[in-house]
Amino acid sequence: MSVAAGVAGAVARAVVVRRQILGMFFLLVAASIALLFGFDVSGSTKADFVLNLASAQAISIPDLVVPVRTTAFLLAAISAFLGAVQVARGFGRWSNVVLAIVIGLFIFSFLAWAARDTSLSLVGMLQGTVVRATPLTLGAFSGLLCERSGVINVAIEGQMLMGAFVAAMVTSATSSAALGMLAGMLAGGVIGLILAVFAIRYLVDQIIVGVVLDLFCLGLTGFLYDRLMVPFQATLNSAAVVRPLSIPLLSKIPILGPILFDQNVFVYLLLMLLVVIQVALFQTRWGLRVRAVGEQPRAADTAGIDVLRTRYINVLLGGLVAGLAGSFFTIGAVGQFTKNMTSGRGFISLAAMIAGGWTPLGAFGASLVFGFADALQNFLSVLNVPISSYFLLMAPYIATILVVAGVVGRVRPPANDGKPYVKQ
Amino acid sequence: MLANDHIDLVVEPGEVHVLLGENGAGKSTLMNILYGLYHPDEGEILVNGKPVKFESPSDAIRMGIGMVHQHFMLIPVFTVAENVMLGLELTGLFGFLDRRRASREVERLGKEFGLPVNPDALVESLSVGAQQRVEIVKALYRRAGVLILDEPTAVLTPQETDELLGVMESLKRAGRSLVFITHKLKEAMQVADRITVLRGGRVVGSTLPGQSTEAELAAMMVGRAIRLGVDRSPSKPGAAVLDVKGLTVRNAHGQVAVDDVSFQVRAGEIVTVAGVQGNGQTELVRAIMGLDQVASGRITAAGRDVTTSSPRETLASGVGHVPEDRVRDGLVGDLSVAENLVLDMYYMAPFAHGPMLEPAEIQRSAQQRIKEFDIRTPSPLTLVGTLSGGNQQRVIVAREFSRPVTLMIASQPTRGLDVGSIEYIHERIVQLRDQGDAVLIVSSDLDEVFALGDRIAVMFQGHMSGPFDSQLYTREQVGLMMAGSSAEAAPAKGGGESA
Amino acid sequence: MSEPIPPKPSQNRVVSVRDVIQRVIAPESTTWNSVLIVVLAFFTALVLSAIFVVGSDPNVIQAPDPLTALNVAWLDISGAYGGLLSGALGNPSTFFSKVGSGNVKVVASAFYPLSETLVAAAPLVFTGLSVALGFRAGLFNIGGEGQVIAGGLAAGFVGFSLHGLTGFVELPLALLAGFVAGALWGFIPGLLKARTGAHEVITTIMLNYVAIYLTYYFLSTKAFQRPGRTDPISKIVDSAAALPSLAGVNLRLHAGVILAVIVAIAVYFLLWRTTLGFEFRAVGANPDASRAAGIGVGRVVVLAMSLAGGLAGLAGANIILGVNYSVSPGFSSSLGFDGITVALLGRGNPAGVVAAALLFGGLRAGAVQMQAATSTPVDLVQVIEALVIMFVAAPTLVREIYHIRAQRSAGAPAVSTGWGS
Repeated sequence: MSVAAGVAGAVARAVVVRRQILGMFFLLVAASIALLFGFDVSGSTKADFVLNLASAQAISIPDLVVPVRTTAFLLAAISAFLGAVQVARGFGRWSNVVLAIVIGLFIFSFLAWAARDTSLSLVGMLQGTVVRATPLTLGAFSGLLCERSGVINVAIEGQMLMGAFVAAMVTSATSSAALGMLAGMLAGGVIGLILAVFAIRYLVDQIIVGVVLDLFCLGLTGFLYDRLMVPFQATLNSAAVVRPLSIPLLSKIPILGPILFDQNVFVYLLLMLLVVIQVALFQTRWGLRVRAVGEQPRAADTAGIDVLRTRYINVLLGGLVAGLAGSFFTIGAVGQFTKNMTSGRGFISLAAMIAGGWTPLGAFGASLVFGFADALQNFLSVLNVPISSYFLLMAPYIATILVVAGVVGRVRPPANDGKPYVKQ
Repeated sequence: MLANDHIDLVVEPGEVHVLLGENGAGKSTLMNILYGLYHPDEGEILVNGKPVKFESPSDAIRMGIGMVHQHFMLIPVFTVAENVMLGLELTGLFGFLDRRRASREVERLGKEFGLPVNPDALVESLSVGAQQRVEIVKALYRRAGVLILDEPTAVLTPQETDELLGVMESLKRAGRSLVFITHKLKEAMQVADRITVLRGGRVVGSTLPGQSTEAELAAMMVGRAIRLGVDRSPSKPGAAVLDVKGLTVRNAHGQVAVDDVSFQVRAGEIVTVAGVQGNGQTELVRAIMGLDQVASGRITAAGRDVTTSSPRETLASGVGHVPEDRVRDGLVGDLSVAENLVLDMYYMAPFAHGPMLEPAEIQRSAQQRIKEFDIRTPSPLTLVGTLSGGNQQRVIVAREFSRPVTLMIASQPTRGLDVGSIEYIHERIVQLRDQGDAVLIVSSDLDEVFALGDRIAVMFQGHMSGPFDSQLYTREQVGLMMAGSSAEAAPAKGGGESA
Repeated sequence: MSEPIPPKPSQNRVVSVRDVIQRVIAPESTTWNSVLIVVLAFFTALVLSAIFVVGSDPNVIQAPDPLTALNVAWLDISGAYGGLLSGALGNPSTFFSKVGSGNVKVVASAFYPLSETLVAAAPLVFTGLSVALGFRAGLFNIGGEGQVIAGGLAAGFVGFSLHGLTGFVELPLALLAGFVAGALWGFIPGLLKARTGAHEVITTIMLNYVAIYLTYYFLSTKAFQRPGRTDPISKIVDSAAALPSLAGVNLRLHAGVILAVIVAIAVYFLLWRTTLGFEFRAVGANPDASRAAGIGVGRVVVLAMSLAGGLAGLAGANIILGVNYSVSPGFSSSLGFDGITVALLGRGNPAGVVAAALLFGGLRAGAVQMQAATSTPVDLVQVIEALVIMFVAAPTLVREIYHIRAQRSAGAPAVSTGWGS
């Protein structure tokens, strides 16, 4: 059992106090909204949220113009009300949902304030959010495929790097994005296999294996980049980015259309995997067995399930998905590989997985929040935010810390996550 | 080390065959081999006359052998139906689970064999007795012809035990064979058609219940005549050392685990708390030791109000604690025996001066205590995790019993230990009492409760009955209280049968 | 720390030649076995890395015939590893002639590789100790990067802000600032873990990135930025605050090396001779039992992470005050992560950490020379390091490869598994 288990026990002792802490957090958010986004603003300042995109839609929606100050105070009042209820009674099972709502209120008032006296393409921002969230969600899927069967995968970052590198190289050499994607997936799968062997067969601590694999992939991709991509840039590192694909009818839906259905193929793969994994994990025999292995491997073993084989397969699958996530960075976004281009996104994926309660839907939701923080830097020029751009760049990382610190105790990992299974 | 040594065992159809032996005799090993979890080094297994080889539990399952483990093989976050069908799932198209059909099947099996279970309930919300029923349904779902039950009554109240025995009867009538593993003599005699006794990994005797007395069976189990009780003189209790008033404690889920409990433990007496695990005893002890928060009430120990004290403050006030889970809460496996012996005293003189440790003193004291408490270890530097269960418990006992304490609290102090260690620890506990200390023992073993207790209390669903004089009620009456009947409802001892 | 249980003496067995050989290759003592595993792990890692070197050379792949391919491959490998060796230790052929030359500068240049190895090893000792201390307390401190940066920023700031005081005041102050800043960067995830259970793997890595951006931010402020420059580089550290040079004459060897050894000894004492160290080890091995025995687990977690952060902060101070004398982005190179490999290789023991730091310091120093001489990218060293750790962490695999008998041994300290459930 980890240190935090003993500590979480101590934290859980004060169940009543926890409820009030959450309530006070809501009140704090209310105060921040009012002070930061409402106070210093004149009553007439408006923010203009553009809801259309340049590409044609079925209906043209008028811009959403909000008075900044009123919005701030209104949302602050709502948040304060929710906070009061939480302190007094608590929302019980719904407190996680209410938490998400309060965070949403904060984000919206922030946007309103940041866009004061100017116009911000809200749809564009959301579209960018989905784009940024894509590799994070895929990484989170990789994480949960592994962890649902009981193996912790900290090597997502390394698998992404390998996927990005290989995809760029193969696509560049063969001009086929499909081949590149496949190669990227396989690269991630190979790393996954190594993780599986060391963790399952040689019983090395899974976090150590993961971290070391990250270092290995970082070094290897850096090494091969210098050796192969720099001298042979034209053939090996000029991959074409996949073009966005507009789904005929669905992309015309106002607001949701451009966000979800006018993206590139990676986003569509993401949405498909979201449905497939969610259903497979919770409604099929395969999913039941995988989850049994992750919760109580001994019970699964006595029921006749091959625990080790299940884990090997799941870790391999996780590696493939992480490789796909990695391919996104090159052939789904910028086309060229650069050293360490994933910049910690593999670890943010893990946070998204945890915050999402180890479910695909939850992981997607959490990734959207992180993706939003990540997407902010694209809109720096537009937004009136009087802080150094460097702090905005820190945003996704700080957001991750806050989320991870906040959700422990609210979400429960598979019971035997991270513990190797040894038959006696 | 040989766990099983040339064991021959024959089970007839429609028979309850009891495998009797003390802890560590090799019963569980044998059964795990039969179930395909372990692989035998030598020998053969015949099912219906045909030799078989089990590579894994699925082989055993296919041959019709079902096992109900002592520690349940259930997944708490799954429903009953999901647990039952795991491995043999009922599915529709593409492997989609057919939950409705599974629920119906579970209900049907439950009705047929008198095992009521709710197929859609989450296993973690069920009582221990209900979870055991789920385990049995699991085996029946797989068409088990032979059911192996490993220490099934260890976690049941006497009433639930009776229910289980009734289930076993109906299984027998349906032609199933049952192998019943236990270390409890009385149950063996009650239930068996045939008894085989294991000791030290070998078969030492096989008889019919009518042909042997309890004493003979006990002798076979242990290899010598054992005392079926502890010699002690009557207690002469003094002032209260532990005073609990109106204690209420909530568990991790926010539910009330200890409900307005009040009692005292006086110097020079042993109070034993009986009860099936899960009725608040764990939380009670943890609250007294400062490991869990107290919702309301007051605890006074050794003259100090320790209601909100930290574990360190409570321990330092002169309270000794032998935790329920020795591996998790009692010892640090990767530290040496010597270091474990000072786990709660390392910061005090003579083991430390200020921030600096005195390793020489720690070693010296360790050697002395190893000798005194007869701890079998190659050296004080050996990692304590490599010792046997009995020796590990001796380390904890050595640690706590050689501290200057006025109150000793021990939870399940002899669970899973060999008879030699059990006897030794019981002796030391009585010694402590005779020295004038107050002793509180929590135990789910009724034999131990009656053997040690000067006064007995019973916990059921967070409420405590008693403590009352140990002569006041019979075992059966205490058993009833453990299952929820109030002390007043149970007839006092003096009329009718006694144990 | 613990003695292995001696095997029962065998009775009446004829001692065969095979027995004797086995005994030599796999002696009973635990330490010998560990060292053997490490050596074999290193060897295997070098072999595998050689494959990468050869496999990524187009000249090898496109060679007209196998003989030429082998020739080119051999040149690649010998060049790369030769460069590593001479960059780490020195060139044997020129070493003696240089030493005997009589010219001080030439003699010094013979020792340049050794000096570079030591200079590279010193900060690794600090980060290795940082991670090792964390391991002992059951924590995985991956935040070394951020803690090194925080320490370097603080030490540098004190270093270039103080003027006119003596070295006995300025240097310790700067070092202290580095320690405190690093400790703060460890305190935050420690507190979060103790209070909320947030897993330190994620929080420390996130803080790494925050620290990187903070560097850029600070270097854009007037307080930090060197007057007259527009690029992110800080003012120069005052000479009295710098770590004194130990050898002068074009060698970069500085007092930080000695400090590293002293701190390693101090950490040893802390872990095995103090009550706090006892608490670290107890909590690291079993937090539940520690809590039941009265040890304040949350307090230990916070202290351990803070101390670990402080040690890494000293690594940053070491770099700024002993080598760079000013702050610019990327000064931490990969010290934090290398600290993990050093701690793993050193099995969490201060002595092992020093030895491992020397090894990796040599690799780093050698890599520079290797890249200069053969244009083999320095990233190769990271690959080698990662492979070494993989094999060291899976001794069973190494044994299987080389057919060695297993031994009973006390394993490396357990690291927390799971996300805090």
